[in-house]
This record gives sequence, C-alpha cells and structure tokens, in this order.
Amino acid sequence: MSRQPYVRPMPKSTWYMRNKRYRVYILREISCLLVAGYSGLMIYALSVLATGSPADWQAFVAAQKNPLLVLVHAVALAYFLFYQTFAWFKLAPKAMPLQIGEKRLPGGIVVAGHYVAWIVLSAFIFWLAGVL
Amino acid sequence: MSLRQLELDVMRYDPEQDEAPRFQQYTVPCEEDWAILDALNYVKENIDTTLSYRWSCHMMVCGSCAMMVNGEPSLTCKTFIRDLPDRVRVEPLENFPIERDLVVVLDDVMEKLQRAKPFIIRKDDPPDEDTEYVQSRAALHKFKQYTMCINCMACYAACPQYGLNPSFIGPAALALAHRYNLDSRDQGKSERLDILADHDGVWDCSFVGACSEVCPKHVDPAAAIQQMKIEGAKEWWLQKLSPGGDKS
Repeated sequence: MSRQPYVRPMPKSTWYMRNKRYRVYILREISCLLVAGYSGLMIYALSVLATGSPADWQAFVAAQKNPLLVLVHAVALAYFLFYQTFAWFKLAPKAMPLQIGEKRLPGGIVVAGHYVAWIVLSAFIFWLAGVL
Repeated sequence: MSLRQLELDVMRYDPEQDEAPRFQQYTVPCEEDWAILDALNYVKENIDTTLSYRWSCHMMVCGSCAMMVNGEPSLTCKTFIRDLPDRVRVEPLENFPIERDLVVVLDDVMEKLQRAKPFIIRKDDPPDEDTEYVQSRAALHKFKQYTMCINCMACYAACPQYGLNPSFIGPAALALAHRYNLDSRDQGKSERLDILADHDGVWDCSFVGACSEVCPKHVDPAAAIQQMKIEGAKEWWLQKLSPGGDKS
C-alpha cells in the first residue's frame, strides 16, 4: 500500500471568501487602508498649517467640503466608530482576562469598561476642544 | 422513532486510484437523535465498507472524529442531524493533507504539540516521592480551560494562517504552551520562549479568532495567543532594558 497524501493548498488570493468568519476578519483588516489614508490627510493638514498661511488653510478647509470628501470622511468615521471599535472592544477580554479569586470576571464587564473609558475620554477631548 | 432521509455528500480519495478527491453521495435513513458520525457508521456498515474515517469514543473525549461538516470544522459525534439540512457535505479537515477519504495526515501537528513542551518543567532539584506541589484553586482556574483541549485539530482546520503558512505552530500547540506557562507549579517558561517568540510562533497569528469559535470543547486558543503576544513583548523589552540582559 502506497502513501500519497493529497494536499489541498489554500488559494492565496481568494481564501478570505471561503466563509463569513474570514470575510468579517478581512473587513477588519482592510480598515488599515482607511487609517493610512486618514493619517495621510491629517499629516497633509498639519503641513498646510505649518506654512502659517491663513489663505492656504482656508483653501484646505474649503476643499474638504467637496461632497466626495465629505462622503469619505463619513464612511471613515462610521467604520472607525462602529466597526473598528466594536470589533476590537469585543476582543479585549481575550487579551486581558481578569480573575478575582477563583472567578473569572465576565468578558462583558471588560468590554463595558472599554466603552465607558471611550465615552469619558471622548467627552474630555470635546471639552478640551471647547465643544462641550 | 421516525426516520429521516439524509443525503450525505462525502469526500472520497483513494491514493492508489484517484488523482484528486471526489464526492460520493449516500442516502442514509437516520434516526432523529443521530449525529453525523452515526450516519457515517451506517454507511460503513450497510452501504460502503470501503469508506475510511477516524473515530473512537463517540462522546466528545477522544477528539479523533473531527471533520468538515458543511464547511465547518466539527466533531462529528456532537454534530447532530436535527441541527442540519437534509443534504450534508462531509469532508476531511481543511489545511491537512488527505491520507484517504476522511482521514487526514496529522504528523505535522503532532510534532508541533511536542515542541510546546506540554509538561511541567522544574528547575529545582528532582523531587523525592513525598514532594507535593500545592496549587490553590485560584491558580488552577487561571489555566483550567486550556486543559480541556482534546487535540481534535478543528482549530487548525479553521485557521487561515495555518492554511496559508503551514510552518505556523498553530492554535492548539500555542494554547497548550500557554497552559503550562500559566501553571503555578511550572518553571519552564523560558524553555518555551522559542515556540512563543519564533518567527513561526505567536506573531504569525493575526487574530482571526476562528480557532476559538470552532473549538468543540470551548477552549479559547485565540485568547491564549494574544496573552502570549503581550508576555512575549514584555519579555523582549525587559531583556533589552535590563542591565546585563541580552541586547541582541
């Protein structure tokens, strides 16, 4: 009897279409493109500010009001606020298990702690910015 | 008890005749409380004696009957037909070479499990017969869930990182290493550092989390790996920063 194990390689470019779990994962991962794009925009905004020319800054702000850019901002914001925050907060109890005595603190409490910290920090930043 | 007709699409592969795996369909009259393993046993006993698959205990203990059921890595002894449609696809575990039919080659993960050094390592003198290493219940609860692993390898079948890069040491082996690292009686953490920090160790995991979702014993390898990443990063910085530490 001869052994001839059959190997089924995972398709390198389409593996993430195999099931819903992989698709959700890849949606989380490709958000890095949005992060990179948004970071680029912020760096560009800083460079415009650094020129010290109010006219340049006004022109930059006006350019951001382009409907297409507003849409990009809205999509990025929704992605970060809801999908990224939700996905990473949900995973937090795995990386940070808390045990009190013999009892493991339920993951929900760790997640809730993250949401509370998020809201408090956001409120603080809004307060600093003079919005609240 | 009423019978239900189940259409089973079973992946077959005969290394002596087949170029590639193929599907074979069996119609199985199932009783309501049957699991997929019962349906396979029915096929083996009544329809086709050439069908090969692994199983032993039929009670979620031995871990040998894991297969893909409708694309999901599952222990076939706890995957009940009442929870499934009338047509079910059964395939060998993904990400492993097929030996024959539903039997996969597990040599690779067996070697990886050994690399995790899944035993208590003591640095002090060998104990005499009367030595006891007392462990509190709280200390036990730190790692108890990881002891539930039955090496069914469903987690490896679910892990796309292992599928794409078979040298990744993988979920079960890392969870097992973590289990011993967390054990208050163990002193072998430094000996398991290579499996942790190596190129094929924890950093190959990109936290898909599928391993934990498919585990039939509710072990959480994804959690173990993320905790090991934090530990590994801490160790690395401590080594860099401590006077006389390894600066390489």
